[in-house]
Amino acid sequence: MATESLSFIFLNAVLANNFVLALFLGLCPFLGVSGKLNTALPMGLATMFVMLVSSVCAYLINIVLVTFEIEFLRLIAYIAVIASAVQLVEMALKKFTPGLFRSLGIFLPLITTNCAILGLALFQTFKEYNFLQSLIYALGAGTGFILAIVLMAGLREKLELSTMPSITQGAAVSLMLGGLLSLSFMGFAGLGG
Amino acid sequence: MAKDNQIITWETFTEGLWRDNPVFVMLLGMCPVLAVTNSAINALAMGLATTFVLLASGTLISLLRNSIPKQVRIATYIVIIATFVTIVDYTIQAISLDLYNALGAFIQLIVANCMILGRAEAYASRNRPLKSIVNGLGMGIGFTFALLCLGVVREILGAGSLFGFDLFGPRFEPWVVMVLPAGGFLVLGAWLLLFEWLKQRKERADLETAAETR
Repeated sequence: MATESLSFIFLNAVLANNFVLALFLGLCPFLGVSGKLNTALPMGLATMFVMLVSSVCAYLINIVLVTFEIEFLRLIAYIAVIASAVQLVEMALKKFTPGLFRSLGIFLPLITTNCAILGLALFQTFKEYNFLQSLIYALGAGTGFILAIVLMAGLREKLELSTMPSITQGAAVSLMLGGLLSLSFMGFAGLGG
Repeated sequence: MAKDNQIITWETFTEGLWRDNPVFVMLLGMCPVLAVTNSAINALAMGLATTFVLLASGTLISLLRNSIPKQVRIATYIVIIATFVTIVDYTIQAISLDLYNALGAFIQLIVANCMILGRAEAYASRNRPLKSIVNGLGMGIGFTFALLCLGVVREILGAGSLFGFDLFGPRFEPWVVMVLPAGGFLVLGAWLLLFEWLKQRKERADLETAAETR
C-alpha cells in the first residue's frame, strides 16, 4: 500500500509528473484540440470528468479482479469502463450544449482512446493507491491535463497572429511549443519523485 | 462494395509506409512515439509490438466485419484490440523482463493507440482479410520506421550510443535533454519541419518545370 500524502500525490500529478508534458499521455487531444481556448477548456473538463469516473470504477473493478484472481482481464475491463464513461459524457454534452458538442467533433469519442485515462487507471493500480489516494490522483491528473491544454491553446492563439515561415505552419510548431512547455515543466522536477 | 476495390496493389502496402505515414503525416498514436523513443532498441520493440497488434486485430476484425453489429462496433474493436495487447504484454514479460520494465505501462497503452482503432474503423472493417493484412503490414512498418527515426536521433544525441553500442568514446558530452521528455517533442518537431521543407521544395521545383515547359 502506498503511503504518500494526498497533497504530494496531487502536486506530483499536476506539476512534476504532468501527464501530458512529462509522461506523454493524452497527446492526441493535446495537439488536436488546443487550437482555440474556448474548445480547449471544455475538452479538458470533459477529460477530467471521465478521469474521475473511470478512476473510481477502476478501483472497484480491481478489487473484484484481485478477489477472483483474474488480473489478466484488467485491461479489457478498464477499457470497457472508460468507453462507457465517455459515452455518458457524450450524451450529456449533446443534450445540454449541442454547439460545444459539434465543435469538439471527433475528439469527444476519441477520449476513449486517450491514453491519459487508461494510463491513470493502470498507474493507480501499479502504485497500489487506496480509494482516496486514487481519487486525488485522478483529480491531479485532470488538473494537470487542463493546465497543459489551456497553456498550449493560449500560446497557439497568440501564434496565429504572428508571421512565421511557411514550413513551420501546422503540427511542427505545435510540437516545438510542446517541447518548450515540457522544458519549463522540468523545473518542477525537484518537487516530486 | 465494388469488386475492383478488392484488388491488392503495391499502393495498398506502400501507402502506410510513406504517403499516409501514421506518425509523420497523420499524427496518430503520438503517445508511444514520444514516450518510448529515448533509445533505438525501445523504439524497435515498441514498433514491432504495435505492428503485431495492428496485424492481428486487423485480420480478426476483417474476418468478422459482416457479423459485427454497427451500433457496437467500436466497443467490439476495442475488446479485440485489448485481447491482443494482453497477449503481447505477457509475451514481452516472458521474453525479456528488462525490456518490459523499460517500456513500462506503454505496452498496455497500445490499446489506447488511436492509430490501431483508426485503421480498424477505416480499413479493416471495409476490406477483405488479405488486403487488410497487406495494408496493416505497411502501416506497421511505417510506424516502426518513424519510431526508429526518433529513437536513433535521440539516442545518438542524448546518450552518444546506438542500439546500446558506444559511438563517440568517453569524451562525448551527452546532450541530456534529448532523452528527457522535452527532447521527444523537439526531435519530432524537427523531423516534421524537415519533411515540410522537402515537400515545399519539391512543389516549387514542380512549378518551375511546369513554367519552363510552357
